Amino acid sequence: MSASTASHTPKPAAKGINIGHILLEGRAFFALIAIIITFSFLSPNYASVGNFLIMSNHVAIFGLLAIGMMLVILNGGIDLSVGSVLGLSGVFAGYLMQGVEVPSLGIILYPPVWAVVVLTMTLGAFVGFVNGILIARFKVPAFVATLGSLYVARGAALLMTNGLTYNNLSGKTEFGNTGFDWLGFNRIANVPVGVIVLVVVSVAAFLLLSRTAFGRWLYASGGNERAAELAGVPVKRVQITVYMLSGVCAAIAGLVLSSQLTSAGPTAGETYELTAIAAVVVGGAALTGGRGGVGGTLLGAFVIGFLADGLVIIGVSSYWQTVFTGAVIVLAVLLNSIQYGGLKRV
Amino acid sequence: MNDIPQTNPDASEVVLAARHVAKSFGAVHALKGVNFDVHRGQVTTLFGENGAGKSTLMKILSGVQKPTKGEIILDGQPVELHSTMDAQHKGICIIHQELSLAPNMTVRDNIFMGREIMGPFGVDYAEEERQTRALMEELEEDIDPLSKVEDLRLGQQQIVEIARALSVDARILIMDEPTSALSASEVEVLFKVIHDLKARGVSIVYISHHLEEALTITDHAVVLRDGNMTAYAPRSEIDLEWIVVNMVGENFDLGSPPEVTFGAPALSIENLSVPSHTGVGLAVDGLDLDITAGEIVCIYGLMGAGRTELLECAAGRLKNTGGSIKLHGENVAGLTIAERINAGLVLVPEDRQRDGLVQTMTVGKNLSLASIGNFTRGLFTNHADEDKIIADSIRDVTVKTDGPGAPIGSLSGGNQQKVVIGKMLVTDPSVIMLDEPSRGIDIGAKAEVFKLLAERAKQGLAVLYTTSEVTECLSIAHRIIVMRRGKISATFTSDTTKEAIMAASGESMVA
Ligand SMILES: Nc1ncnc2c1ncn2[C@@H]1O[C@H](COP(=O)(O)OP(=O)(O)OP(=O)(O)O)[C@@H](O)[C@H]1O
Ligand SMILES: [Mg+2]
Repeated sequence: MSASTASHTPKPAAKGINIGHILLEGRAFFALIAIIITFSFLSPNYASVGNFLIMSNHVAIFGLLAIGMMLVILNGGIDLSVGSVLGLSGVFAGYLMQGVEVPSLGIILYPPVWAVVVLTMTLGAFVGFVNGILIARFKVPAFVATLGSLYVARGAALLMTNGLTYNNLSGKTEFGNTGFDWLGFNRIANVPVGVIVLVVVSVAAFLLLSRTAFGRWLYASGGNERAAELAGVPVKRVQITVYMLSGVCAAIAGLVLSSQLTSAGPTAGETYELTAIAAVVVGGAALTGGRGGVGGTLLGAFVIGFLADGLVIIGVSSYWQTVFTGAVIVLAVLLNSIQYGGLKRV
Repeated sequence: MNDIPQTNPDASEVVLAARHVAKSFGAVHALKGVNFDVHRGQVTTLFGENGAGKSTLMKILSGVQKPTKGEIILDGQPVELHSTMDAQHKGICIIHQELSLAPNMTVRDNIFMGREIMGPFGVDYAEEERQTRALMEELEEDIDPLSKVEDLRLGQQQIVEIARALSVDARILIMDEPTSALSASEVEVLFKVIHDLKARGVSIVYISHHLEEALTITDHAVVLRDGNMTAYAPRSEIDLEWIVVNMVGENFDLGSPPEVTFGAPALSIENLSVPSHTGVGLAVDGLDLDITAGEIVCIYGLMGAGRTELLECAAGRLKNTGGSIKLHGENVAGLTIAERINAGLVLVPEDRQRDGLVQTMTVGKNLSLASIGNFTRGLFTNHADEDKIIADSIRDVTVKTDGPGAPIGSLSGGNQQKVVIGKMLVTDPSVIMLDEPSRGIDIGAKAEVFKLLAERAKQGLAVLYTTSEVTECLSIAHRIIVMRRGKISATFTSDTTKEAIMAASGESMVA
């Protein structure tokens, strides 16, 4: 890149501004800028406020999953169930919106939208809790435990609807349960609610990580669980909580997505867990735990989302989109190892 | 085997030399133009404070790191060492200060990692195992070649690391604090091995903070200070005081038991039994121990005597099968590690890499990790309070660092150890247990840590520390306990002798 790296010294000069270092540190940010500039040249429709907001609304789904995933990855785990939990949450919300029949009383309950939201988030937390217990208490490897719940949650969603999709989520005024579409369609100051939800969740996650004891515990037990435990970190509790938070994030994403689509299908969110992991990794987190942050993860989600949408806008075939996304992920991991390799003492 | 000819050092041949070697890590200048000679068939010992640059120089001589400036001369020719493998091919091998073993693999596989012995049907495991057994025999260790490294005690892991280096058959063997987790009798065996190696013409570089011990095998002493070589002399011209004065500028002693009036019982251990981790037998066997507020107790014992298990059980890491542990009269059974820390009972673990440090966090965050509660206001942590705690702690235990934001891995081994100690001291405990606290810290820092503990004891802190170095028993401890096979075999007051302590532990004096 710069002239100094072309010389024969093994490392560029330590003094002064090191361009290579800055590029490496802020790689997700520069990648995003590069994507925006490239597509702006290729398509006149790309660089408009309207399009950015639409794309951001897409990113919101992955972003929400990625924030939850990041917490798990920081802790040294992995959560493969988030895509399924997203699907299950959507279906569960759809089911509640249709009204819940209580046969013993012979009535049908129509929970208001806020109650639907709370109950759905509770469901997400519950799935995460089961994951957490399996992993923390019963020592099931995270990969296996969450792979199991990937299947179970997806199966449960299919069972609930018999494979069908809830197409009517609007509720009825006389039942007092309208407003579900607010999450996906409304805008506040012209910003889609989905994006605002992402911002709120991100700020909360940021505060959690940087300003609370829990955040410190999370980083510590992800970096070295034994040392953290001996320093008084309740590592098991942290682990369980982390999977619950990931489940809640997935549930929120499920609510936003089904509201955006005005329908809740049991197959929603398939393979989204992989996109979420990709966003976290592109954002600079280490899969071995202990390193990463909210900012990076958000950037990672935007890089992947804006790249995908950009490719759609300029009309690249979806096969090539897949290839590009894969290449970006590998490149990101490559840069991660360069960055963290430099910090390690040999 | 001890009849090595005493050659005149200046006439003896230099096999490996560093010339004007400098090494910088960003703004940190670890080495500032050092000249260093390794003499053929002799032991060159490198002394220096924590962070003086010893490990860095050794890494450069063994191909782990490249010097920023200067050159390396092997057999009179300038060479470039491209990697550790390259160095090994040229006959240079290193035992690292921080162990570099794969914990999930067996002893045998670790020893032959990267140099597997190939037979007609792939790796010849039987031959590897045979050689491993032979190495263990040479080191007089009872370690099964097929046991996993993660199941071994720290000292045993260090033995494996040594065995691996021996198996290479190097001409030049660099040992960076090889004995920090070994007991006196094991050190003695190692020294015998070193004598044999010398007789075979192997040149050795030796680094240790156990100065007296190191002096017994030294042929040439070199002192590094702040990245410069400050003194050099053959063995015949130096003594302990010479080293200390050149290393740190003044002479230290490790202090004496502070004058305190013992308070109420702080920690009472009664008939405690802890199973050994192998599942057979007991690591701690019906042990009784009482420590009062303000008292300093030292536990001495050989490796495997059950010291670590005793402390880990008290801290809540291991479960006991019998007996009780009381803190200020309250039974701590059922309390988690965190709850014990909050109640004032803390442990500074022995293995700093595995149990003491979070490698992904900064120096500051490692230091504050155990006391987050002390700077949390309501929901959030308070940065100003945390910074103050960190700054105090860095000053108290004199950590040499670029700043609280430096990655923990950028610290020298001894300074990492100080972080582990400092982290638990800032929790303001009433009972502190330190497992081999002096591992890898220099004599000045050791004196400071002991002074700090003695001062805290005057304010009522009960201190329990273990050591494998007898001189450390006869410092600040009011009472010295010798453990042997899970039991207390003897108790001494501070006016005892080294010989009495060692005899009680079941080992003979080091030459
Ligand atoms: N990878 C690194 N990045 C930044 N600084 C480093 C790195 N490695 C070493 N240093 C710094 O270089 C200096 C010398 O470190 P070194 O490990 O050589 O000390 P040492 O003499 O071996 O000390 P000890 O007795 O504690 O092992 C220290 O100040 C250390 O912080
Ligand atoms: Mg060192």
